[in-house]
Amino acid sequence: MSFVTVEDIFQTYHNRPILERVNITVNEGEFIAIVGASGCGKSTFLRLLLAQERPTRGEVRIADAPPATEPGLDRGVVFQKYSVFPHMTVRENIVAGESLRSGWGRFFGEQARAARERAEDTLRRIGLDHVAENYPATLSGGMQQRLAIGQALTAKPRVLLLDEPFGALDPGTRLSMHDFLQDLRTETGMTVFMVTHDLEEAFKLGDRVLVFDKPRWDPHDPSRYGATITYDFDARDGGIPYQKLKEDTHVLRANG
Amino acid sequence: MRLINLKPGRPLALFLVLLPFVAVWVVYAIASDIRLAANPSDKLLPAPSKIGETMLRLTTEGDRRSGRILFWHDTWASLKRLGLGIGISASLGLIFGLLIGLLPIVRSFLAQFVAVLSMIPPLALLPILFIVFGLGELSKVVLIVVGTLPFIIRDLSQRTLEIPQELLVKAQTLGASSWVIAIRVALPQVMPRLSQAGRLSLGPAWLFLIAAEAIASDLGLGYRIFLVRRFLAMDVILTYVIWITILAFTIDWLLRWTSRRFFPWAEEGL
Repeated sequence: MSFVTVEDIFQTYHNRPILERVNITVNEGEFIAIVGASGCGKSTFLRLLLAQERPTRGEVRIADAPPATEPGLDRGVVFQKYSVFPHMTVRENIVAGESLRSGWGRFFGEQARAARERAEDTLRRIGLDHVAENYPATLSGGMQQRLAIGQALTAKPRVLLLDEPFGALDPGTRLSMHDFLQDLRTETGMTVFMVTHDLEEAFKLGDRVLVFDKPRWDPHDPSRYGATITYDFDARDGGIPYQKLKEDTHVLRANG
Repeated sequence: MRLINLKPGRPLALFLVLLPFVAVWVVYAIASDIRLAANPSDKLLPAPSKIGETMLRLTTEGDRRSGRILFWHDTWASLKRLGLGIGISASLGLIFGLLIGLLPIVRSFLAQFVAVLSMIPPLALLPILFIVFGLGELSKVVLIVVGTLPFIIRDLSQRTLEIPQELLVKAQTLGASSWVIAIRVALPQVMPRLSQAGRLSLGPAWLFLIAAEAIASDLGLGYRIFLVRRFLAMDVILTYVIWITILAFTIDWLLRWTSRRFFPWAEEGL
């Protein structure tokens, strides 16, 4: 039973094909890492999942809902930068995850107090409670990305999309962000798509690693053909497949 | 050491800041002295002490006919026109700037129109304003609005367009409607820019104010300067010019202080 269905997607900008014939189904709770060379349509694919753009052909469905026409509450996103609101303090950013959907974009009275309290829990969880009153510009890159992820999760999306979220972080911070993300994932069981340049990161975090590449290449006109998913690796168990018995044999049952 | 790496220390920096002010003062004092030595009743360059006396007389003594201290009435009349004009410009500019920056439909509809409007020299419209709105307060305020509004609209719509696309997408994934994006994401981000646009518009606003007052008015700083010009009363003119400069500088400083105070997160942009 598939949760996210991508069906025969083509994306073309000004007659220049970027993606062609992309098909994939993803189960609920899977962590999909997406890798590929620059300009191979990874980010385009993520924008299509986000419904920030609509495909030239084909459709993306989440939980069998009709294809979305604009970004909405069911898809959360974290970009490499500009992912938090610079004019709100850290706490306000978290509260905004809940309040932006209301009519005035903010909570009043009792509701505001309750949201602030919930935000306090989230901030403790992502380790930012000591800087709740600060503006994001005063935080380090890793803290800003933690805040961005915390804010996205506050809205409780069905799918979380990460566009090179750790691309601008130093290696040490990146490792601690991996732990942070893995913890969050075991907690929430969320479906995640992550675009990354780092193969090691992709295989470490992902259940599946998708590789985007151009299957056809015209040496006289490199932009003639678009990219598609050329590999779909099983990245569980350290990227070594066939580590688990999928067969339900009577021998095992007899011994068990 | 390269010239670009040569930074003055604190005392030297202070000295350099004060130098041009002192230099202008000294040059004026000498020039005035030379002229007054040749002709003690010279009116063109009154002695600094004479200007000081005039300042004191203007700010404390009432008019011989009406008993009012005209200096303060002039100041109040001008500031009222200026404040109204800039205030209306800023409010309308903010609304249209956000609309043009956020909504592609409004952008197609108005952006080019505003760009063309901003090319009209406002002073060329002054006769039309006098004809349509009469010679009263209204035409002066409208001139300031006409003169500064297109710039503020263009500046704010540009700034709205420069808001990273990522932030707008993020707000949408958090369920924000267009209205909420406008008031919770775009508005706070362009507010510091609005105060900056207001500061930049103050120069033109003073220009339009004084021009309008010079042509038709019975009160106001610009009116007074052009009135006493007939009597070659340089001491009065200089007093008013110095006063206008002080006012403009203070307003600019206040606007800067307010935006620092209220938008601390935009520190580097101010």
